[in-house]
Amino acid sequence: MTKVTMTVNGKAASGDVEGRTLLVQFLRENLRLTGTHVGCDTSQCGACVVHVNGKAVKACTMLAAEADGAEVVTIEGMAGADGSLNTIQQAFQDHHGLQCGFCTPGMVMSAAALLSENPKPTETEVREYLEGNICRCTGYHNIVKAIMAASGQDVGVIAAE
Amino acid sequence: MPKDHGIGASPKRREDVRFLTGAGNYTDDINIYGQAYVHFLRSDVAHGKINSVDTSAAEGMPGVVRIFTGADFEGVGGLPCGWQVTDRHGEPMQEPAHPVLAQGKVRHVGDPIAAVVADTPEQARDAAEAIEVDIEELPAVVDMKAALQDGAPKVHDDLKNNLCYDWGFVEENKAAVEEAFGKAAHVTTLELVNNRLIANPMEPRVAVGDYSRATDESTLYTTSQNPHVIRLLMGAFVLGIPEHKLRVVAPDVGGGFGTKIFHYAEEAFCTFAARQLARPVKWTASRSEAFMSDAHGRDHVTKIELALDADNNFTALRTETYANMGAYLSTFAPSVPTWLHGTLMAGNYKTPLIYVNVKAVFTNTVPVDAYRGAGRPEATYQLERVIDKAARELGVDPVELRRQNFVTEFPYATPVAVEYDTGDYNATMDKLLEMIDREGFDARAEESKKRGKLRGLGVNCYIEACGIAPSNLVGQLGARAGLYESATVRVNATGSISVMTGSHSHGQGHETAFPQVIAEMLGIDESMVDIVHGDTANTPMGMGTYGSRSLAVGGSAMVRATEKIINKAKKIAAHLLEASEADIELKDGAFSVAGTDKSVAWGDVTLAAYVPHNYPLEEIEPGLEETAFYDPSNFTYPAGAYACEVELDPDTGRVTIERFAAADDFGNVVNPMIVTGQVHGGLAQGIGQALLEGAAYDENGQLLTGSYMDYAMPRAEDVPFFQVDHSCQTPCTHNPLGVKGCGEAGAIGSPPAVVNAVVDALQRAGKDVTHIDMPLSPSRVWAAMNG
Ligand code: FES
Ligand code: FES
Repeated sequence: MTKVTMTVNGKAASGDVEGRTLLVQFLRENLRLTGTHVGCDTSQCGACVVHVNGKAVKACTMLAAEADGAEVVTIEGMAGADGSLNTIQQAFQDHHGLQCGFCTPGMVMSAAALLSENPKPTETEVREYLEGNICRCTGYHNIVKAIMAASGQDVGVIAAE
Repeated sequence: MPKDHGIGASPKRREDVRFLTGAGNYTDDINIYGQAYVHFLRSDVAHGKINSVDTSAAEGMPGVVRIFTGADFEGVGGLPCGWQVTDRHGEPMQEPAHPVLAQGKVRHVGDPIAAVVADTPEQARDAAEAIEVDIEELPAVVDMKAALQDGAPKVHDDLKNNLCYDWGFVEENKAAVEEAFGKAAHVTTLELVNNRLIANPMEPRVAVGDYSRATDESTLYTTSQNPHVIRLLMGAFVLGIPEHKLRVVAPDVGGGFGTKIFHYAEEAFCTFAARQLARPVKWTASRSEAFMSDAHGRDHVTKIELALDADNNFTALRTETYANMGAYLSTFAPSVPTWLHGTLMAGNYKTPLIYVNVKAVFTNTVPVDAYRGAGRPEATYQLERVIDKAARELGVDPVELRRQNFVTEFPYATPVAVEYDTGDYNATMDKLLEMIDREGFDARAEESKKRGKLRGLGVNCYIEACGIAPSNLVGQLGARAGLYESATVRVNATGSISVMTGSHSHGQGHETAFPQVIAEMLGIDESMVDIVHGDTANTPMGMGTYGSRSLAVGGSAMVRATEKIINKAKKIAAHLLEASEADIELKDGAFSVAGTDKSVAWGDVTLAAYVPHNYPLEEIEPGLEETAFYDPSNFTYPAGAYACEVELDPDTGRVTIERFAAADDFGNVVNPMIVTGQVHGGLAQGIGQALLEGAAYDENGQLLTGSYMDYAMPRAEDVPFFQVDHSCQTPCTHNPLGVKGCGEAGAIGSPPAVVNAVVDALQRAGKDVTHIDMPLSPSRVWAAMNG
């Protein structure tokens, strides 16, 4: 067991982990931040995406020990202090960008990373960026629409609600 | 103006807030103090005789609590099958035992052999690796037709052969169908495969078993679409625990698509082990485990023949299908290729004579059961493909050939046992043509051609039987369960309402849509109504969510219970207003006396029910809570027309979906936003089936597609923005809401549209290709073009 310390959603967090403990396990099991999900064991689905030092990372591909000293943000850290949804979260609700909600935390974290790199992505750019995030429920239509809306683009022209 | 509340409005989903902030409560988020973890040691061979399972070395490993093998389950029941099919000769299907842990033999890769319970998941996994299993590998049967040959290895030694059943439908029509084929002016024949799929809800299955010595009560937390069904099956047939000592909870569930209907071995194991060990036991499937233990879907091999007269009227239809059951009968597996498939073979057409033959076959593969659409996509695909082929052979417009044969008068009794109550197939086809700009196709094709690409357009129809299901009818058809739904409407003293339902939401937005119905009926604000579901301890016995049934059946139960509430509340209001009950009207959340300005508010009536100081106690009881069980009198029949436009790269065989349009008739719609979302999701799954997905086994029964590296899930780049319309509405005539169900339509209607479009693109380019089996991967398309 080794001790790891990091900042998670602005607060100091530490715990004892085995060498093989993944960041996603540390978040879910040690810190009980269960908003970050595990949907696969081959780093393909993106349900586990969090931000580490400002970059989107699949938390199933990183050891907890590797995140020692890092600045980590999870879905639990995205809403305002008063619980209000941020722009991306609100756009997902407004445009029905989620159904079962299981892929949603990863989608929101990926979307946030995309918009910080590319504030006005085209439809194609959004779809390409989501290459590592699988959603089985929504057919992506409303996810892409929500992300474009969150970037301030007019999505009224996109087919039917 | 769209409505802003009640039926027909699209309020934002209330469940979204918790999902968007990481506050959802999925089964894997549940941890019980002192819980142990189980790891299943699974077979890595498809077929073998278990000579011995030596756990001695593993027992001594760190953290191991106990190791279970098949022997521990000898006194325990097997996993039951919920549907018995009777074959062509009046004999019951062959039904093998399905032990919780393998006994004597393993029958598919992934079949659980032993279960290690340990203090941590890592310890359980490490110890499982130390178990020594001596398995004598036996030849596996994978191909269905080979499995039926004389001398084929038997999946179950105690059965006569690998044939589960040979079903004929309608057997009495067989001779008349043959005769009609003899007289046909034209016969179109098509052989096709409906590819094996893996549902892949993004949340893998999880089970947590708990046991209280204080109350002798077991609790199972599980990723289920129907907790009451699991309680009934597991309690009564597997573990022998009566309902009052067994609670099943399905909290937030991350997608189901059918695969979370069934009762699985891991659920029974965790409940059993928690009782044995008096300690909570948790299992979380890895995705790799899900691939080899979740029931798969589809996997039919079919020959379909369509007979037409000289005027191109359909005169008869004949099919022969081989349906893979896998190694064991999953909960509803036998019903999928029969009653959910044969009954839909009429489609949207007035073909007078139909004969469907289905041979269900055991193989050394994962069990196959319902997956989004279940049987109906298989029916739709073969029918809509053969019609397209017929149109090409006859040189007629595929749309016109369909229109000519549409059922146009309702109710319509098909020759395959079901009666369509209502529909308007020309209306959805008209709508579709308006959406897709068919006239502009040639210009778009020309533009594609300039870039060296081929373009094709595919159109098709679909119909499905939803609102599953009338209990007396399905009972005659072999169901071992009733298929009603339940609701308890509990009006609280200050007027807020809790609605307990047996249906379950795993993405469908019940918490938002159901209150719209109740609030509309009572004229109160939706925020006053909450939906409670997913826990057998606080919901009435109900059958759960699948088969696009929740609103049509569960919603109808809510309507009935709410009607009872209104009746009683009117009695209370009449008393308070000193008026006759017959004169009381409920409007906008207040009761008034007709023709007067006397009225009493909703909250005053509900308070009187619980503080009955001034109350007609001699006439009615205090309290305001009613339960209704609703059993539908017929299925519902959503139907529609779909179109797909593809572009094909002739150099690589790669197909891209350029446009996809869906015109559906779901009857009345409660929340258009949610309905549209359901269609989007179904379309992506259908496009996935058509272009990308396919579970593959090698000849030894090894699963070649065991992870997302090999099983291609549709991603954002694989689909376009969809055009979806549900403005054509012929309300269902036999349920109080006039709704039909929308959950499966997209997955049912879309695969033939894609394949029709690809064949169209190739034929326009002069290629003599009449069919390609799904998934239409670049290599298959390229091979068909150049073969
Ligand atoms: S759980 Fe990390 S990518 Fe799937
Ligand atoms: S909303 Fe269910 S997987 Fe995306």
